[in-house]
Amino acid sequence: MPSHMLCRKLRDRELGAVELTESMLNRISKQEKDLGCYLTVTGEDALCKAREVQTKLDSGVKLPPLAGIPIALKDNICTKGIRTTCASKMLENFIPPYSAAVAEKLDEEGMVLLGKLNMDEFAMGSSTETSYFKKTKNPWNPEFVPGGSGGGSAAAVSSGEAIMALGSDTGGSVRQPASFCGVVGMKPTYGTVSRRGLIAFASSLDQIGTLTKDVRDCALLMSLIAGHDPLDSTSFPMDHIDYTLYLHNDITGLKVAIPKEFMETGTDEDVKKCIYRAMETFEKLGANCFEISMPITEYFMPAYYIISAAEASSNLARFDGVRYGYRNEMYSGIEEMYKNTRSEGFAPEVKRRIMIGTFVLSSGYYDAYYKKALQVKELIKRQYQEAFQKYDVIMGPVTPSKVFRFGEKINDPIKISMGDIFTSSTNIAGLPGISVPCGFDDNEMPVGMHLIGKHFDEGTLLRTAYTFEQNTEYHLKKPPNGGKA
Amino acid sequence: MIEYEPVIGLEVHAELSTDTKIFCSCSTRFGSQINSNCCPVCLGMPGTLPVLNKKAVEYAVMAGLAMNCTVSEASRFDRKNYFYPDLPKSYQITQYDFPVCTGGHIEISQGDEKKVIRIARVQIEEDAAKLLHDKTGSDTIIDYNRAGVPLIEIVSDPDMASAAEAKSFLESVRAILRYIGVSDCKMENGSLRADVNISVRRKGDKAGTRTEMKNLNSFRAVTRAIRSEFERQVGLIDSGQAVLKETRRWDDTKGISIPMRSKEGANDYRYFPDPDLPEVLVSREWAEEIRRNIPELPNQKMARYMENYKLSEYCANLLTSSVEISEFFEVAAEKSGDPKSACNLITGEMARIMKERKLPEGDIPFGGEKLARLIDLVNLNIISTTAAKKVLEIMFETQSEPEEIVREMGLEIIADTEELSEIISETIKENLQTVDDYRKGKKKALGHLIGKAMARSGGRADPQILGKLLKVEMDKC
Repeated sequence: MPSHMLCRKLRDRELGAVELTESMLNRISKQEKDLGCYLTVTGEDALCKAREVQTKLDSGVKLPPLAGIPIALKDNICTKGIRTTCASKMLENFIPPYSAAVAEKLDEEGMVLLGKLNMDEFAMGSSTETSYFKKTKNPWNPEFVPGGSGGGSAAAVSSGEAIMALGSDTGGSVRQPASFCGVVGMKPTYGTVSRRGLIAFASSLDQIGTLTKDVRDCALLMSLIAGHDPLDSTSFPMDHIDYTLYLHNDITGLKVAIPKEFMETGTDEDVKKCIYRAMETFEKLGANCFEISMPITEYFMPAYYIISAAEASSNLARFDGVRYGYRNEMYSGIEEMYKNTRSEGFAPEVKRRIMIGTFVLSSGYYDAYYKKALQVKELIKRQYQEAFQKYDVIMGPVTPSKVFRFGEKINDPIKISMGDIFTSSTNIAGLPGISVPCGFDDNEMPVGMHLIGKHFDEGTLLRTAYTFEQNTEYHLKKPPNGGKA
Repeated sequence: MIEYEPVIGLEVHAELSTDTKIFCSCSTRFGSQINSNCCPVCLGMPGTLPVLNKKAVEYAVMAGLAMNCTVSEASRFDRKNYFYPDLPKSYQITQYDFPVCTGGHIEISQGDEKKVIRIARVQIEEDAAKLLHDKTGSDTIIDYNRAGVPLIEIVSDPDMASAAEAKSFLESVRAILRYIGVSDCKMENGSLRADVNISVRRKGDKAGTRTEMKNLNSFRAVTRAIRSEFERQVGLIDSGQAVLKETRRWDDTKGISIPMRSKEGANDYRYFPDPDLPEVLVSREWAEEIRRNIPELPNQKMARYMENYKLSEYCANLLTSSVEISEFFEVAAEKSGDPKSACNLITGEMARIMKERKLPEGDIPFGGEKLARLIDLVNLNIISTTAAKKVLEIMFETQSEPEEIVREMGLEIIADTEELSEIISETIKENLQTVDDYRKGKKKALGHLIGKAMARSGGRADPQILGKLLKVEMDKC
């Protein structure tokens, strides 16, 4: 059950906050051995918070909309006093003495933190298979991956192990797992949500995003986490926005563009079918769909990989064994300590990106790679800008491939990275994107549609997604092993 | 014999005296307990983000303007990536392609000779932590109090041709920064540090391969390191060897430099724009506002002293060597209306006493108005200049009021004729031979007698009245 319905029940005393949290914890303890969504479950703290909220409800205090709602966070969002690992050996025992800005907001709202969710190590991956700790299964079918890097977040929401979750999206890490697990995932415009306390992967692309059961929940959670943070210099100075005000079941006259390159870049037939069907739905609902061309599409991947790896190589340099995190104790000098610590603390995918990033920034290669990538970034921005002069929303698949099985792509980094092609372009351009369930493939696995909006036009995205949702039933279908809260 | 000359450029690092660090709100106080001024941001903890301290930008711009630089309307922070235990994030936030100020110059003087040294750039950056090595040698303590303290790096063009010029440049930079109050520039605390780039050339030729000298913690070290490195390079060239492009560490106790790393094998710092920080925007209006707040600079002040107070260039230069001294002087000069005497006392007797007492530059234990009152006492003929020097000495000791000291020590001038006549008759009695000489026509003897009488009065006799009375007395018979 989505949070907007639970909220009403909590307020109407049909349901107690403690009861709700207990039922979530029960579900977690029943399902976790099969699903593996969580790296840390904070049951005691959750119950404590739920009791606190219930006491307030009982005494008639008016509480904010999401008070009492259980939520879980991707394990790269720092939580004071609670282990935050980035699913890496490097931070296996790291307990931050501070909370991320979003974690503070959730706490102030009275939301109940259930725990920390599995992910690809340092958010690098598309299947959550690079986690140092465990694999997370797709709730729809355990043979399939939940997507990544935020596979834990998407699987938890999809399986009912959390009502809502937060993830981080650097190249699609919220939207792609949302699509794979049949939930709604939004990556807001860069600068909308504070990055303070989010362990950085690629600072110019990272943005915290939401994973929810439906679009209304997405709007509710966005209204809570969006807003200016003076302690994040890249945070946009904006006033509070109530995103639920955009939830109108009306897209008459909306101009939707579908870049033909998005359908042709190795996109699976099953996925295409779903997207074309969604297009027809849009038309039926009064929107106008147009095929456009975005020839820059073929440069999305190289630009994304160069920029993200370059920034990651620098962001991850602080994990040197000196102050916190893993340290190999068998060393005879500082150089050796660095080498051993970083060789053992990071797994191959992270090391691969650090090496790529180091390479593209090194003198002699900087101009050919990093500088070029920044030029491509400008071109990508420009092509999107041009498209948005004529159209309100750009639509396409979240990822070219349908949900894949464990082990299917893990040894093929190029193939797995191609999964980010459409989503990552919005990170490069700083644009908002939302993934909405729009069908199922021949394996009965969910398929998501990707809607891209103008800068800070989350409102139009939410209205479009909401209208689609209100007139389709994909989001109502539950995975066989969960879904009811 | 081939004549060589050094080609010298300086990179001066100055810690800015902001209250808080450059990217977090930790205190910058020097000498705090180890690791007491740090937080997750300056410790480089995961997920933390920098927020630029606006004051640091203001100070950097002020420094740039004081050195005649152009202020960039938009400058940028970059990351300089390398691993070292004193660098919490394993990158330093600094400015690379687009520093906050560029293209300035300052004037230095060597005796009467003046020279313009160009400033290539002024950039803002964060300081690293401080490594404290255990005396036993095995352990290293990292003190993060210094990590994130704002720095400016002032890079000169290679315009200096001697150690003396380099020293003079550094002194001028220090004076300017202290004048405008953006840095306390204490080399002993590390808040002013200099790296020297040096190469040699035959006079008139192109400069040769340069080396960089690090760890220069005093003016003396700068001078000695340059001389030593110049000789070393000349030695290499004379013996047909090549000068290697390298960074060398100066060991001031041993008086030698040791290679740290060669530039070829140097770190590739992989500079790139810091995605956590937006461009630094300094609008024309803001820059102008900062310019208006720049106090009078040393050379402007010198010119004013020469003009208004009719002081010599030499004196004006001495008085403007530090803000404290110049402020002290101006109070003394204005209140006494006698800038000459103020100047003489400050640059003469007071400088001597301060040197003797090993007081730091400008650290005068009393205010300029007290010196003015002392000057008044002299000018009102209440005490003599000799007595004034004694009073000064005591003022340094006790900080008492000059009048009080004069009273307590009985230093007032004796102008009373009766009292003076008594001294004179006593003096004559004891120096009959001299009196005799005078009367026989040896006019010089009068001076001698005046001296004797003055001594008898303890230096207090009014010299003019004393002279007149004595002459009258001697000419009587």
